[in-house]
Amino acid sequence: MSNISALIWLIPILPLIGFLINGMGRKQLSKGISGIIGSAVILASFILSVLVFFQVKEAGAFNVNYFDFIRLSDFKLGFEFKIDQLSSIFLLIITGIGFLIHVYSTSYMHEEPSKDFAKYFAYLNLFIFSMLLLVLGGNFVIMFIGWEGVGLCSYLLIGFWFKKPEYTSAANKAFIMNRIGDLGFLLAVFWLIAKVGTTNFDVLFAPETLKLLTANDVTGITLLLFVGATGKSAQIPLYTWLPDAMAGPTPVSALIHAATMVTAGIYMIARSNALFSLAPITQTVITVVGLATALLAASIAIKQNDIKKVLAYSTVSQLGFMFLALGTGNYTAAVFHVLTHAFFKALMFLGSGSVIHAMGGEQDIRKMGGLHKHMKITSITFLIGCLAISGIPGFSGFFSKDEILAGAYGYSSMLYGIALFAALLTAFYMFRLYFITFRGSFRGTHEQAHHLHESPAAMTIPLIILAILSVVGGAIGVPEALGGKHELAQFLAPVIKSAAHHLDHTTEYMLMALSTALVLASIFAAWSLYKNYKASGEATGFGKVLQNKWYVDELYQTAIVQPLSALGTFFNNIIEKKGIDGFVNGVGKAVNYGSRQLRLLQSGQVGAYVLLMVIGMLLLFIIQLFV
Amino acid sequence: MGNYITFPELLLWLPLVAGIIAFFLKKQGSAKAWAILSSFIILGVSVASLFFADDVKYASFNKVNYYWLKYIGNSFYLVLDSTGRLLTFLTALSFPIIFISTQQNNYKNPHSFYGLMLLTQAGLMGVFLAWDALVFYFFWELALIPVYFLCSMWGGEKRIQATFKFFVYTFAGSLLMLIGIIYVYLHTPERAFDDGHIAQHSFALQSFMHATLSTGQQTWLFWLFFAAFAVKMPIFPFHTWQPDTYDQAPTSVTMVLSGIMVKMGLFGVIRWLIPVLPDASLQFANIVIILSIIGILYASFIAIKQDNIKKLIAYSSIAHIGLMCAALFANNEMSVQGAFLQMFSHGINIIGLWIVVDMLEKQTGAKHISQLSGVAHKAPVLTIFLVVIALANIALPLTNAFVGEFLMFAGLYKANVWYAVVAGIGIILAAVYTLRMIQRVFYGESNALTQNIEDASLGQKFVLAVIVAFIFGIGIMPQPLIDLTKEAVNGLLAIKK
Repeated sequence: MSNISALIWLIPILPLIGFLINGMGRKQLSKGISGIIGSAVILASFILSVLVFFQVKEAGAFNVNYFDFIRLSDFKLGFEFKIDQLSSIFLLIITGIGFLIHVYSTSYMHEEPSKDFAKYFAYLNLFIFSMLLLVLGGNFVIMFIGWEGVGLCSYLLIGFWFKKPEYTSAANKAFIMNRIGDLGFLLAVFWLIAKVGTTNFDVLFAPETLKLLTANDVTGITLLLFVGATGKSAQIPLYTWLPDAMAGPTPVSALIHAATMVTAGIYMIARSNALFSLAPITQTVITVVGLATALLAASIAIKQNDIKKVLAYSTVSQLGFMFLALGTGNYTAAVFHVLTHAFFKALMFLGSGSVIHAMGGEQDIRKMGGLHKHMKITSITFLIGCLAISGIPGFSGFFSKDEILAGAYGYSSMLYGIALFAALLTAFYMFRLYFITFRGSFRGTHEQAHHLHESPAAMTIPLIILAILSVVGGAIGVPEALGGKHELAQFLAPVIKSAAHHLDHTTEYMLMALSTALVLASIFAAWSLYKNYKASGEATGFGKVLQNKWYVDELYQTAIVQPLSALGTFFNNIIEKKGIDGFVNGVGKAVNYGSRQLRLLQSGQVGAYVLLMVIGMLLLFIIQLFV
Repeated sequence: MGNYITFPELLLWLPLVAGIIAFFLKKQGSAKAWAILSSFIILGVSVASLFFADDVKYASFNKVNYYWLKYIGNSFYLVLDSTGRLLTFLTALSFPIIFISTQQNNYKNPHSFYGLMLLTQAGLMGVFLAWDALVFYFFWELALIPVYFLCSMWGGEKRIQATFKFFVYTFAGSLLMLIGIIYVYLHTPERAFDDGHIAQHSFALQSFMHATLSTGQQTWLFWLFFAAFAVKMPIFPFHTWQPDTYDQAPTSVTMVLSGIMVKMGLFGVIRWLIPVLPDASLQFANIVIILSIIGILYASFIAIKQDNIKKLIAYSSIAHIGLMCAALFANNEMSVQGAFLQMFSHGINIIGLWIVVDMLEKQTGAKHISQLSGVAHKAPVLTIFLVVIALANIALPLTNAFVGEFLMFAGLYKANVWYAVVAGIGIILAAVYTLRMIQRVFYGESNALTQNIEDASLGQKFVLAVIVAFIFGIGIMPQPLIDLTKEAVNGLLAIKK
């Protein structure tokens, strides 16, 4: 099998080739060809990833070093890949789900002109390339290349329809917020370089290297890395770009904002678990931020009326759960939830794309309703997604969410209580979304009603595949309490030293029963409230606060953006123009004035010159006398 | 080859002679063709010189020493060494790019225009090659004077005012440096020439490095030299000539100024300031770094507020140069190596930006962000190039500037954590002003000014492709450039100890 390790470089390079072909040939290629090229390269990467996965499973992890990226006398940075259990799982998620989204896109984007169609696939391929680089990177710098790369691609894809200023503003916001996080990441890398002189994962996480770091170092580095993660994985305080990022084409939302890019922060922390486990303060911070984000985003999702916004906040909230798991040292559970979430969130985003497609671009769920009758596949698969995310037993989300909750309980029952509450909110807003969209009666225009139809096979087949995965995907992580072996945890054991508390089986059964009962109650509540939804007036009171997302965007605008902008104006108008330039021009004017006065001395009258000469000579004599 | 003619001579005399010949070519076409041809020959020589970079093996190829004013201890001493090699290459590479990208522009008095441009190139080469302080000063001024004429004769509406400001600023700086040079000269040891002549003092670089200067003398000499270099770079608060000059100078001159001439200041620090005044350089390193970092944030904030694209690029450049200056003084291998790489990368990238801005201005007559919109519809190729170059300018990974900035920040962090933290805010601000400009100018619906815009011409596509090739080439494989400058970096660090 060693031949596969020699081909690792093909996994990221193939999408890059797809990017180049589609990018360069966007004027020549027909839609069919660019769609096929764009999807085929990802399929090829996926097949290679599967082979890699089995190789890792049988023969264990391995590293590949291609060349020295930077080599100084006291610092060496290789262009190296690390292929182990963790990265091989992410390879499968990225290329597998990525491939389904590519296929789906061939149909969804069909109305774009062929030039833009090819551009779209080029960006999509570039995105996959960056994400693959991120997970393959064998040191923090190579990881950072992919890390900023996905930020760039999300910028390009969110602003894909660049004629609309609000879309490109959303794109700018995504890029800049990510960059704020990236600065944290970079500072952590510099800290590591200054302290231990390397960013290579193997060297870095070896016990003898970790010994070189003091407790303060570890806390500082991990906190900075976590700042990076809050940017990429949309946590408080850097989460506001993600809901705005829904401006991009819907499959992009599925790819970037559900299945892959936002999981980068989780991946990075799971990758660095050896470091994070040494930093209890950071772990507490991560737990609190994760939990707060889960709760905040879930509360906002309850009152959103844009189908994609609900899903976006749901993503933010679910990511919060994953950080909660990371903070409680339950790394395996976080990775597990990344996996299951990738299935059901990609499913729901693509499902929402199918709905938007059928509704002729409409995204407001108040104008939908009763869609189940017209698009059964979309409706049923979407329902499966809702069941999975809510954590109904048997569906994939149940196992991963249960593991996170159990871990939280092992930490403290208060943590568990809050997390459970957020989980109930999840079930509530997801079913609110489902009932308003698919049940009741249609509230759109006649024209829309006339055009309602199920989407073509290129869109529904990915939905069906993802729905199946959303059901059975949990099988790899069935806990011992339910007679499973948790194969995922066993597989990841060489990379992840899980520090989760283990509960006895009785407690686990009780927690499962409790959460299941409450989730069912919460779904019932959503059903009774929204089964026959009638569009009502604007929200008032607390509902309005939630609808306006707690006014966080407004807060950032007033507290951060405007003062900084004013500072720029102050520098430009006052210091630069009046201060420094004023001074320089003043000097210029003074010289000008002085020379004009001096010029008067040159009167052209010989008598005056002689007089001045005599005065000068007298002065010199006087000076000579005294000195 | 080394026995007959050397690389320093070729690099210096070729542009000088070509420039003088250009003055006699009165026709637009022939002056232009001559300038392009000779700049390519110079580039060829410079590329060849990169293959003879081994200073031990090819010493005779890279060094030349004529007697000049030996009675005052001066000789015409030129050396192409590790410190100057990359910048002479940048100079040689930039001129053909500049000539080709602006070839659709017709100048009145083309012979003088191209003649002066080539003289500027000769002056720049001289600065990067001189190992004698007097020769250095001579070329320092020789590079300035043609630029002064170029700006004042071919510039924009407010050219006289802008040029005057530029001239006074840089000339004042140069004079301070001249005083410094003479003072150091008077404290140099005597110099024995091969023919037995003994001069009391010497202008040679090595003699300057062995001048007997007390710490007190070094202190004020430092600021004399630094003034000249700081104005040239420019460093906050000596920078206000730059936005006006970039705005008013003809674009090809702006490219020379921003791509290469600002590096003269950094180069002066590397070649003269730190080696000649090592103690003072160490003593004032923190002040210089702090000034530079203030400049990074200050210029970035102003760039966010600029409506004039040319001034935006000027302020962005001030921020980038500030980082390089800070890195040079941070006194460790990473930061200094990063600065060396970035000097080259910044030159390439900013010329690329100017090419695009020049095209926009030539076609629409507009240079303000608020006047332009939706360029991407009509000129998609141009837009792609601009986006790539602009992203390189904000140091996205796998582009050339990332490697340099990464090393500089890592080095600054080693010097002092807070330097990296505060300067790092510049990374975020750079994204803000760059993306804002791209959004307003290139995205959105096209307007009356931009709806008839034409995409890049073949020649422009070619030079932009070359620039992009350098962006990714260095971004993916920076090691060859590191190897080329390693010796200079280590030499500089050795002095400081």
